[in-house]
Amino acid sequence: MSAKQKQDAGITHDGVFFAQEELHKMHDKMLFIRRFEEKAGQMYGLKKIGGFCHLCNGQEAVCVGLNHAARPDDNIMSSYRDHGHILARGTEPTAVMAELLGRSGGVVKGKGGSMHMFDASKHFAGGNGIVGEQVPIGLGFGFSNWYKDDGGVTICIMGDGGINQGAVYESFNMAALWKLPIVFMVENNQYAMGTSLDRASAETQLFKRGISFKIPGMKIDGMDVLEFKKKMDEAIEHTRSGQGPILVEAMTYRYRGHSMSDPATYRTRAEVDEWRTGRDPIARIQAQMIKADLATEESFKQKDRDIKKEVAAIAKSAESQPEPDEAELWTDIYTDPIAGAYPYPGKVG
Amino acid sequence: MSKITYREALNQAMAEEMGRDDNVFLMGEEVAEYNGAYKVSQGLLDKFGPRRVIDTPITELGFAGLGVGAAMTGLRPIIEFMTWNFAMLALDQIVNAAAKMKYMSGGQYSVPMVFRGAGGSAARVGAQHSQSLENWLVNVPGLKVVMPSNPADAKGLLKASIRDNDTVIFIENEINYGDVGEVPDSEYLIPLGKADVKLTGCDVTIVAHSRMTGFALAAAKELAKEGIEAEVVDPRTIRPLDENTIIQSVAKTNCAVVVEEGWRFAGIGAEISARIMERAFDDLDSPVIRVTGKDVPMPYAANLESLALPSVRDIVEAARTACGRA
Repeated sequence: MSAKQKQDAGITHDGVFFAQEELHKMHDKMLFIRRFEEKAGQMYGLKKIGGFCHLCNGQEAVCVGLNHAARPDDNIMSSYRDHGHILARGTEPTAVMAELLGRSGGVVKGKGGSMHMFDASKHFAGGNGIVGEQVPIGLGFGFSNWYKDDGGVTICIMGDGGINQGAVYESFNMAALWKLPIVFMVENNQYAMGTSLDRASAETQLFKRGISFKIPGMKIDGMDVLEFKKKMDEAIEHTRSGQGPILVEAMTYRYRGHSMSDPATYRTRAEVDEWRTGRDPIARIQAQMIKADLATEESFKQKDRDIKKEVAAIAKSAESQPEPDEAELWTDIYTDPIAGAYPYPGKVG
Repeated sequence: MSKITYREALNQAMAEEMGRDDNVFLMGEEVAEYNGAYKVSQGLLDKFGPRRVIDTPITELGFAGLGVGAAMTGLRPIIEFMTWNFAMLALDQIVNAAAKMKYMSGGQYSVPMVFRGAGGSAARVGAQHSQSLENWLVNVPGLKVVMPSNPADAKGLLKASIRDNDTVIFIENEINYGDVGEVPDSEYLIPLGKADVKLTGCDVTIVAHSRMTGFALAAAKELAKEGIEAEVVDPRTIRPLDENTIIQSVAKTNCAVVVEEGWRFAGIGAEISARIMERAFDDLDSPVIRVTGKDVPMPYAANLESLALPSVRDIVEAARTACGRA
């Protein structure tokens, strides 16, 4: 290829051009999330990660596509399946791994763990553990965008389980009533823990759930990062331009169980394989990039080796950190550490 | 000093703070065009407009969560619950989100907001609209709980609560809204976590908050006729609790009565009694006596309702017993 050709190299997807630099970034980030989650699973198996640990293998295109569409100052919040989202947002991966391990350098100082990842500097507001709880909170972030008239939008992520919570519809109603700049995004990975969509939802076309609130809906293939990015651009533009909220349904699939203790016996091997081998978002973009002469099988293999090494180094570095200082037990509860605490640290009681 | 009602004092506090800081807004059911179900927000819509005084649908969980999210971005929401009874629908946002957000986010996100509204027993409205639930909320680290007993405290404490950088549960008393009291004309704040000795005495300490402070003062008048000098301590803020003021009073009187409108089981009185036992055991000449609401849902019939609530006579009798003059 000539220098000129190289500069213009890329892939046109449904009328939208993706330059090779962006394609590589998307691919590398998805692969990084995949390998990071595998490492997390491994660390969990070794009992180095405690409690709950919800992996997002298979859902990488949603995390990455969203972050290529959103601006850095847009607000994003998710449920407890948050590792992929905070990594896609650009948070330091060592801090994410340290959080999983309950270490002092964790992104929330070891106080949250897998379910409570926050990075205010990246406008990433959790990491919320109660199913659907983040939706009214997202409503508040969107309200704030409107109140401050700051041009930002809020992308509030929930799952196909969360969308059945009543709080979601209270939020839909107010968001639409006041035309707040919010993209409600449902990650439909087909299962709410062990309950399949059709066992839990009278209307399984989740993007239609906003209709009675006059919220338009979009259904997007969440296994195709280019398609997802393109459609998220449209959804975000819709709400940023003042037309009010929009509901996006991202069709995706989690390869692993709901959490680490879930063997996922409620679904067939064939179903998992159909998504894993037939629709995998990483394999898909690799094939597209090879076809467009932007990479080779060998270059992807090398990239994978590099990423695995990087993730191993991250895990090692995170593991070498100390646990949080014991004094941290009492901080971050009130602005003044002892303002409301009882018994007061260091006092009678 | 001016004589104004408890309701007007709260209204002035919000108006002054909204005038001072554009980040403060008021949201809730009927707060704007209706001017407030209890008229606490009277005139605020006219003064500040619909951007800052916002009527919501009847959707407590939703707008409580809206407040939490808005506070996380640096706004200072005042979220009004028409009454605290309805706030039970919003408990997830109060307990699981507002109270814990700062901790869970490692200090990155604060939730500087006020949840406020009418609490306590009302008059003849039955079990669901007449109850004291402050003990549910004081149990949660991350929340502050404020319960003013008179107009001057209501104004100074609400202003301080709006400026506070943590989440404040501000429980007004429905029966007290029309009470008149003297309020300073110049601006003032009352810091959270400071009790107020409403009456000085040396024979018995009576600790009482919210509407029960008035009952305690009435009881003290009765006791004075018998030569018993009661000291009435109003914590004003239940969390953080100013236990030093209570302990100092008990050190002087050597006995205590703790009064609350709410249920006895794991109530505020249980907590205060325990703290007196922990820190002032050697000062006590007699066991602490609790005067509480009866352990029943609030009945409608006038006679039953009055039986369910603590009375001035209950407090008088408890005080006599506590100081050995029964």
